[in-house]
Parts: sequence; C-alpha cells; structure tokens
Amino acid sequence: MSTPSVTASDRGFLGDGKYPGIFGWILSTDHKRIGLLYLYSTMTMFIIGVILGLLVRLELIAPGKTIVSADTYNALFTLHGVIMIFLFIIPGIPAAFGNLFLPIHLGARDVSFPRLNLFSWWLYLTGAILAVTSLFTGGGPPDTGWTFYVPFSVQTTTNVTLAVVAVFILGFSSILTGLNFIVTTHRLRAPGIGWGRLTLFVWTLYATAWVQVLATPILGITVALIFLERVLDVGLFDPARGGDPIMYQHLFWIYSHPAVYIMILPGMGVISEIIPVFARKHIFGYWAMALSGLAIAFAGSLVWAHHMFVSGMSDTAILVFSFLTFIVAIPSAIKVFNWVATLYKGSISLEPPLLYALSFIFLFSIGGLTGLILGAAATDIHVTDTDFVVGHFHYVMFGGTGMAFFGALHYWLPKVYGRMYDKRVATWAWGIIFVGFNLLYFSMMVLGLRGMPRRYYDYVPEFTNLNVLATVGSWILAFGLVVMFINLIRGMISGPDAGMNPWGGKTLEWTIPSPPPTENFAEIPVVTTGPYDYSDEVLAPEARR
Amino acid sequence: MSSEHRDDVGARLGMWLFLYTEVLLFGGLFILYAIYLHQFEEPFANAAHHLNLTLGTINTVILLTGSYFVAMAVSAVRRNRTRLAVGLLLGGVGTGGVFLFNKYLEWSHEIHNGIYPGSPKLLDLERGEAVFYGLYYVTLGLHGLHVLIGSTLLGILAWWVHTGKVNSERFVALENGGLYWHLVDLVWIFIFPLYYLLL
Ligand code: HEM
Ligand SMILES: [Cu+2]
Repeated sequence: MSTPSVTASDRGFLGDGKYPGIFGWILSTDHKRIGLLYLYSTMTMFIIGVILGLLVRLELIAPGKTIVSADTYNALFTLHGVIMIFLFIIPGIPAAFGNLFLPIHLGARDVSFPRLNLFSWWLYLTGAILAVTSLFTGGGPPDTGWTFYVPFSVQTTTNVTLAVVAVFILGFSSILTGLNFIVTTHRLRAPGIGWGRLTLFVWTLYATAWVQVLATPILGITVALIFLERVLDVGLFDPARGGDPIMYQHLFWIYSHPAVYIMILPGMGVISEIIPVFARKHIFGYWAMALSGLAIAFAGSLVWAHHMFVSGMSDTAILVFSFLTFIVAIPSAIKVFNWVATLYKGSISLEPPLLYALSFIFLFSIGGLTGLILGAAATDIHVTDTDFVVGHFHYVMFGGTGMAFFGALHYWLPKVYGRMYDKRVATWAWGIIFVGFNLLYFSMMVLGLRGMPRRYYDYVPEFTNLNVLATVGSWILAFGLVVMFINLIRGMISGPDAGMNPWGGKTLEWTIPSPPPTENFAEIPVVTTGPYDYSDEVLAPEARR
Repeated sequence: MSSEHRDDVGARLGMWLFLYTEVLLFGGLFILYAIYLHQFEEPFANAAHHLNLTLGTINTVILLTGSYFVAMAVSAVRRNRTRLAVGLLLGGVGTGGVFLFNKYLEWSHEIHNGIYPGSPKLLDLERGEAVFYGLYYVTLGLHGLHVLIGSTLLGILAWWVHTGKVNSERFVALENGGLYWHLVDLVWIFIFPLYYLLL
C-alpha cells in the first residue's frame, strides 16, 4: 500500500473496498467499514425510535383519546422501548464507535476476528429487520412493554413471538462483539501499550465487553423461554402448574440491569476521551477511572432486583438489593468527580464535543441522583411505575449515553470522513436539544412525583399542564436533533478539510490521516507515552501536573 | 480478511469465552431447576422416577465415547495420521446421531403416553410435576440442539482434515471444535444426574 497523503481528497478506507459498490461495504471485514455500517443502522433505528416516542408523547398531550387507540398506544411504547434499548443504545457506542476506534487505539490493523465481526453486524441487521417486521405481521405489534413480563407476554395474541426471536438474535450479536473486543484488547496491543497506557475508551469497552459476554446469555435463555412458552405452552412461569412469574422477572433483570452498564460505560469512555482533549490536561486519576469502570461492571451485576421491590420479594432481599444498589453509586461518582477535576484549571475550549460532554455530566448526575431515590426501597415504593421512573432512565440513558453518542459523533466524524461540520450550527443544535430535553423529562419526573403512572393511556385532568409542557419539550428536542443531523450530514459530505488532528488530540487515531487508510497504520506504531500526555502544551504553571 | 495475521492463542481465548456464554445459557435453566426443586421436592422426585434411566445411561456412555473419539482425533492430526483422524471425527458424528436417535425414542414414548408440554395429562398432575417435565423438555431439547450443532461441526472438521485445511501445522480449529463437543458432553454430565439419577 502506498503511503497515504493527508488531504481530504484521499478517501482512505472510504474509497478502498475489496468489492465494488455496496458489496464493498456489506461484505467488508474492515473494522472501520463495519463500524460505519453499525453507525448507519443504529442511527436509522434511533430515528424510528424517536418518531415512535414523539407519537407516544403526542397522544399524552391531552387526557382521553388524542391520536391513537389504547391498543396502538401500548404497541407504540413497546416498540419505542425495544428499538431504543436493543437496537440503539446497547449496540450504539460499542458496536459503532468501538469498532471504528478500538483497533486504532490499540495500534492494531483490525480486530482479532474480522469475519466474526461482520457476522455480528449481519445478525444485528437480521434482528433489526425482524423487530420491525413484528410491527406489521402476526396478530399486530407487540404490546407488552420492552420487558416482556409474563403472564401477559405469554397470553397476548400480538406478535411477541417474532419480537423475542429478534431480541435473541440481537443478544447473540452483542455477545460476539464483546468476545471479539476482549480478545482484541488482550492480543493486539501495539508494542509499548501496557494496561496502563490503554485509552479510557478502550478500558470501558473492555469492561463492557465482559458484561456483554457474561450477562447476555441469560437474556438469551429468558427470551427463549418466552418463545417456548408461547409456542409449546411449557408452563414454567404458570402458577397453575407450579411455575412462578417472579422467576421470570429475576431472570430478565439479571441481564437487563447489567445491560444498563453495557449502555452507560462506553458513553463514559467517550466522555473520558473528550474532556482531556478540550481541557488540554492529563486526565485526573487515570487508574481510578480505569478501575472504576470495572467496578461498575462488577457491582452492577449484583443489583438487578432493585427493579422488583414491589413484586413481592422478601424484606431481607429488598434490604440487600437496596444496599448493593447504593454501592454502584460510588464508582460512578468517582468518574464524575474525576472529570470535573480534569476540567479544573484546564485551558478549556468550548467546542461542540465538549458541550455534549458537559451536558452528559449534568444530565447523568441528575439521572444518577434520582436513581438513588429509586434504589431506596422506601422512596421507590412511592414512585415505582410512575413517570418519575421514565424521567429517571431517560436522564441516564438519553442524557447520559445519548449525549455521549452525540459527543462522539461531533468528536470523531471529522476523523472518519476527513471533513468538518459547521461548529456554530452545531452549538445551536446542542442548545436546542438541551432545552427540549430538560423540558420533556423534567416535566415527566414532576408528573411522576405527583402520581402519574407510566404506560398509561389516559390521565386525570390535573396532569394536563405538565403533560403539555413535556410534549412541547419533545418537539423542541426533536427539532434540535433534526438541526444536528442535517448539520453533521452536510459537513460530512461537503464540509471543509478537517485535517489530521482538528482537536489537538494525543491518542493514536490523531496520528494517522483522515479518513484513516484501510489498514490504519502504514507501520505498527511503537508507543512510548500514555494517551493523555499534554505536558508539552503551553499551560499556566499551576495547572500543570 | 488479511490472512497473514494468525493468532492461535487469540482463537483459543475466543473459544473459551464463547463456551462460558454457553455454560451461562444452560445456567439460567439450572437456576430455575434449583429453585423449583426447592419448592417441589416431592413432585420432582415423583416425576423423575418415571424417566427412562436405561436410555439416559446409554446416552451418557455414547456421549463420553464421542468425546474420546474427538480427543483422539486431535492427537491423530498432530501426528499427521489424517485418515485415522477423519475416521475418528466421523465416529464422533456417529455418536451424535445415535444419541439423537435414542432421544427420539425416549421422547416419542413420553409423548405417546401424553407427557408433553401443554398436554391435558400434565395439567391434571400435581402442581410441580408439570414444571419438572417442562424443564425436562426445555433443557434436554436445548442440549439436543447443541448435539446437532456439535455433530455438524465435527462433520465440517472431518472435511477440513480430509482436504488438508486442518493439518499438523494448523489445528486450532479442530481443537476449538473439540472443545465445543466436550462442552456438550459436560452439560450432559450435569443434566443426567439432575434429571435421571438423583431424585
Ligand atoms: C425524542 C426522544 C424520545 C422521546 C420523545 C421519548 C419519549 C418516551 C415516552 C413518552 C415514553 C413512555 C413513557 C410511558 O410509558 O409512560 C418512553 C418510554 C421509554 N423510552 Fe423514550 N423517548 C425518547 C428517547 C429515548 C431514548 C434515546 C431511549 C433509549 C435509551 C428511550 C428509551 C425508552 C424506554 C426503554 C422506554 C420504556 C418503554 C416501556 O415502558 O416499555 N427513549 N419514551
Ligand atoms: Cu437496574
């Protein structure tokens, strides 16, 4: 391969497929192309999910029937949840940005199992198509909520069977990605990259990968059981035959709580990449950051039953799970404090990626603190299954991972495409999103505290004002998203040349051309410093570490 | 894929991780078994006594034999005894086939007697017995599916040994396939006592 030049006209891996046209993409084993395939497909699913969410919100703008029937409403929030969770937020950062940058951060040419990587994406695509098909076929779209709780999920005549098959396949895809990342991190680090020189993004992907590998099989068996219950009427959760529906909930949450960390950890990794670059400072507490990721992954696996405080568990179990839940707050708080400490006295440039990172810290903190209210059994019993919960998890997942995802888009797309978007428009879009977001979900939290239940089609007239506020917030948010996407897409197609290192980053991806060449490095790099070494930058003396 | 890159250690590590996920998949069912056993000791014992111990035992021996064949096949390949290795692998496929045939006999007998998920007879049984049979069908069915996959894998490996794609220089695929078959065997080693022997 010839030595790549550093202009945007050289299209690097974007121009250099093994097969012509579309086959050069859907049959490519290049980790960057697969990363982009994931990016395009998760973004498509995100947009579908947002539209469904907007419809749910529109229905709730006034009491009684507004636009859809009660049955359709159930289907809307179910599909919104399934799509957002299994098709956007879980694969989002690890599969898209992890694939794009994990090998580059390791100084490798590709992941350990490139063909398996492509296979994972095909599984994802199959799962996505099946999930969307379940909308239009069978006895109508699934209406169980994304949790598929028995007995309803076994009894309903809607197309739950197909939806759980989709989830099973998606789980398999997630496991294979995790497995690939673990092996890659162990085996393909370039000379000089010890565990103490991994980027924090890689650290969180590594922790996430373990959760994916160790928790997802339980989801697999759980949804497989729903499938078998529906097809064969086995009766494992049917009290009439000695089964126990609570057992379903345990199995489900043994996966789905750790899944929350599959969702949030990579987001934290992205934030840890962005902050040092735009503060021009070494990350504060490297090892605390690296290890707190593992600690979150570990402690997070023990707390699943805090979703079941009102399901009829024993009081002892409630106490234990409540206590364990609080423990997870510690490593999360360590991260937040370390980000703030990194920013402290940095020479900060408020570029769009940093704006998203800051909103991550703000929104995730609100999400985390409201999480403590849910983790304490006494307060949880008051707000369980209300809009408060919905507000809380949107703050964590959308305000956390979603913002990290947008931050990653703004941080890395100039690298991937070699072109820069309009930063002024990006800042405006960020502001609109931020306002809409808080209007929408803060109103929902207040509604929840006042007693508005979640997943309800109708409500008493007192709740009208706040619901209107939330729905208007959803429109503002959606408008901001449209502006953001259009700006990004325009920038990627026709923006000015971004150059090799537009942000002055120190990690390995900024040492290669934009877009990166097919095998990343002309020569495997030899690494001699940690990833966040800004000691050569001009800084006020007291800020130097 | 850039084929100059080869990493046997990585391939093995990947396989071990994958096997962990398989163990966890069955783990979910074993957890259910443990908890329901705790609730319904009597009904579980009643139901278990009814299963066909002879067929279960035969199948245990068959699977162990298969594992033996596969392990031998790995050392045969390492010593360049290709034809022997192909024979042993096909023997492994054969044990899988016999296992599934026995399973077919066992299940058709049960089903003939009206014991199958959702059957009217099960609904009349004591609470807890139906759960036992439910778990029995789900767990053994999942295991049977793994036997099927494993046998197919052994067949493919036999072909690869035959064509020289797997040879004494490159046999990590065979080792990994063998590990998979041993896992199938291992899971059965837990299933057999839990369902046929202990109660
Ligand atoms: C513009 C964007 C969004 C809007 C307008 C929106 C709105 C909503 C609304 C109104 C609900 C129903 C609450 C209820 O059942 O009472 C809901 C539920 C939910 N949302 Fe979103 N949401 C958005 C984005 C997201 C994102 C990014 C995620 C992924 C992390 C997400 C995940 C969920 C989940 C898991 C549920 C629960 C569904 C269920 O109860 O079964 N949402 N959302
Ligand atoms: Cu949880």
